[in-house]
Amino acid sequence: MNALLAALAVGVLFAIVLFGVAGANLQFVFGVVVPYGAVALFLLGFAYRVLKWAGSAVPFRITTTCGQQKTLPFLKNDNLENPHNLIGVVGRMALEVLFFRSLFRNTKAKLKEGGRLVYGRDKWLWAGAVAFHWTFLIVLLRHLRFFAEPVPSFVLALQSLDGLFKIGVPVFYFTGAILLASVTYLFLRRVVIPQLSFISLMADYFPLFLIMAIAGSGILMRHFYKVDLVAVKQLTMGLIRFQPEIPDGIGFLFFAHLFFVSALFAYFPFSKLMHLGGVFLSPTRNLAGNSRQRRHVNPWNYAVKTHTYEEYEDEFREVMRNAGLPLEKAE
Amino acid sequence: MSDHIAKPEELSKIDYKPGKKPWLDASFEFHKGTYSYGSNPQSVKSLGLPYARAFNPANQDWQLPENWKEIIHEGLRDRLKKYRSLQVFMDICVRCGACADKCHFFLGSGDPKNMPVLRAELLRSVYRRDFTAAGKLLGRLAGGRELTPQVIKEWYYYFYQCTECRRCSVFCPYGIDTAEITMMGRELLHLLGIGIDWVTTPAANCFRTGNHLGILPHGFKDSVEFACDDLEDLTGVRIEAPINKKGAEVLFVVPSADYFAEPHYYGFLGYLALFHEVGLDYTFSTYASEGGNFGLFHSSEMMKRLNAKIYAEAKRLGVKWIIGGECGHMWRVLHQYMDTMNGPADFLEEPVSPITGTRFENARSTKMVHICEFTADLIHNGKIKLDPSRNDHWRVTFHDSCNTSRGMGLLEEPRYILRNVCNHFHEMPENTIREQTFCCGSGSGLGNDENLEARMRGGFPRASAVRYVHEKHDVNLLCCICAIDKATLPTLMDYWVPGVQVGALHELVANALVMEGETRSTDLRQQPFANQEDSKDA
Repeated sequence: MNALLAALAVGVLFAIVLFGVAGANLQFVFGVVVPYGAVALFLLGFAYRVLKWAGSAVPFRITTTCGQQKTLPFLKNDNLENPHNLIGVVGRMALEVLFFRSLFRNTKAKLKEGGRLVYGRDKWLWAGAVAFHWTFLIVLLRHLRFFAEPVPSFVLALQSLDGLFKIGVPVFYFTGAILLASVTYLFLRRVVIPQLSFISLMADYFPLFLIMAIAGSGILMRHFYKVDLVAVKQLTMGLIRFQPEIPDGIGFLFFAHLFFVSALFAYFPFSKLMHLGGVFLSPTRNLAGNSRQRRHVNPWNYAVKTHTYEEYEDEFREVMRNAGLPLEKAE
Repeated sequence: MSDHIAKPEELSKIDYKPGKKPWLDASFEFHKGTYSYGSNPQSVKSLGLPYARAFNPANQDWQLPENWKEIIHEGLRDRLKKYRSLQVFMDICVRCGACADKCHFFLGSGDPKNMPVLRAELLRSVYRRDFTAAGKLLGRLAGGRELTPQVIKEWYYYFYQCTECRRCSVFCPYGIDTAEITMMGRELLHLLGIGIDWVTTPAANCFRTGNHLGILPHGFKDSVEFACDDLEDLTGVRIEAPINKKGAEVLFVVPSADYFAEPHYYGFLGYLALFHEVGLDYTFSTYASEGGNFGLFHSSEMMKRLNAKIYAEAKRLGVKWIIGGECGHMWRVLHQYMDTMNGPADFLEEPVSPITGTRFENARSTKMVHICEFTADLIHNGKIKLDPSRNDHWRVTFHDSCNTSRGMGLLEEPRYILRNVCNHFHEMPENTIREQTFCCGSGSGLGNDENLEARMRGGFPRASAVRYVHEKHDVNLLCCICAIDKATLPTLMDYWVPGVQVGALHELVANALVMEGETRSTDLRQQPFANQEDSKDA
């Protein structure tokens, strides 16, 4: 049901751009106004969310330690899994952000005959997630060729690497296909695995469908229903230079692609996609596990009602004296 | 053991498939044996907390205060500002499901709301509807749901079916820690006067008498003296254990079960023997006679209120530094919270072992050292004489407690000690130890009798791993360094893996410890040493 609703939402987006561009000829709205609005919403929303997180205090150092602490010199500290200093924290975060270290640990529990639990390796989610995020990043970087003239050399290098095998004309980019495949995998597991479909919300399916639509329209545009790339670049360069113009002859598919991308940008800050920013701020990962070595200060630490030793001795003086325990006050 | 509980063969038939309906439509009910009783109003009152009332979770009407919704909303708003963990964890979960089968309660019950992601969604769904733009606008479409009395009941049920063990946070790609969510959920419930008695009454006891069990000063002294006498009977060595002694070098703080319950007590004898043998100048305290801290399972404020006595007493007695005994959650508090809450401990000195001269740099600020760090250092420097063959009647496996492993990283110290004090040490499978260790199923205040079925279910993954080494290596002792483990694992073993005993690490240390002037032929449980008879393993 949630998946259907999400698919429907993406369908509505398509209908809007179809009606708007092919029907009402609102190229300027969909080529300029919407992208500007979406990027503005993205930047402001993203900043708002991150500032909001940053505005919440970090009262305690609640590192989740996943390796040996630093203690006695003859016991080896695992500084990447249980960092005790900044280098360790940076290394741990790098592994987490770039290679999804924690997801790599993933196991799958199975209940065997006779009530025995066993845990098998399960790297599928990790592989799917890594493939998805990395190819998305590369695809995004490749698109810089539309926003810079001359095209930066690293973008050209990425392109030639991506199309290494020179299949097809224009060259077929592997990342686009892997992106589409991995996002499809991420969708399918939500439908097929019963626990996952039980927890999945519309907000879990919607971005997947949207990204499928983006990747799909991109691949279609490159290989099947070709659009005028010179005109496209004229439009994108106009956007980036704040001298927007709508050249003639750009195909509809481009506007659909651009609209999906705009929708993703606009949606981003209000959704779970903010894990992009949040992963950097997760207190269980970005703090060193050295709480006994270096004092962590809680900005809102306040005095609490305790039961002082004086009160304690006042209550128990008699029995303490009888038991021969030392006293602060004789009576 | 309660007779309500099904047989192990029945309980281990677990269906992990959730219903077809989306979870927002799934109902729940209190199932006997899987929830804890409400707080005794006397205890709530004595701690000065609001809305004390006799409280039975099974009742329809929970007598919520009139403005209960407002209280929850205010409480949540306040905590979102005070805890970045909560704010971030509310916002960034993508529901990838990696945590789902990492929770011992899910693995033992199959109840989908015990998947960590869904446990958090119980709170997150309310947060989304009432605190986010998307939720306010789209409501249920954005995964929001209304805060109703039924939601409060659900929180009670599932936030007290989480032991705050943090295993899920090891596997979460964003480090989302369900313990944080559970802690916040429990704090919110306390604002309405709702809590469980197994947490509130120990906390009230601890506040007044210095320990969870409510043992008065003279009772504490009796227990320690009794232990000294026992040790003399067992070893022929007379020892002294100072109490409330001013000017001692070290204050020693243990969980109260150590001097009151079995098998903890054998570990307590172990500390006494060890400290005597190395001549440590230390003292116990009656006022700080509890290292454990049920405040951690109650609220941040309660944790601080109970913990304060440790530094206060260290200051009053004029000690130089502090050693803490074997305990799990106690060490989470000492390692990750104490210095921040009740420090700085600038009246103490950086801990240095008077026996080896080792400087415990990792405890430079907090000035509190784990007994395993202290003992491992003694062994490494050859300061104690050990005869591991005295533990040959034990085939040992080691259970990492949740908090010392995932909230500290104390993994190698106990293993180093074990390898030096016994000859037969077998690890459980790798996905069930160290940072991936499974909870005993009874932590965070859930170790009460009325909750037995939930405990046996929650402890099932741990028991299953123990059974593996029991069958493969004849393991007969589950060694641990946590008071809750020692209190609850025996029941778990009797239920799932009969034939496996539970013991303390320092029990094994003291068995192996060759003491000056000793005359002994039995271990601390009065079982003859294996090398005194024809050993099967020899």
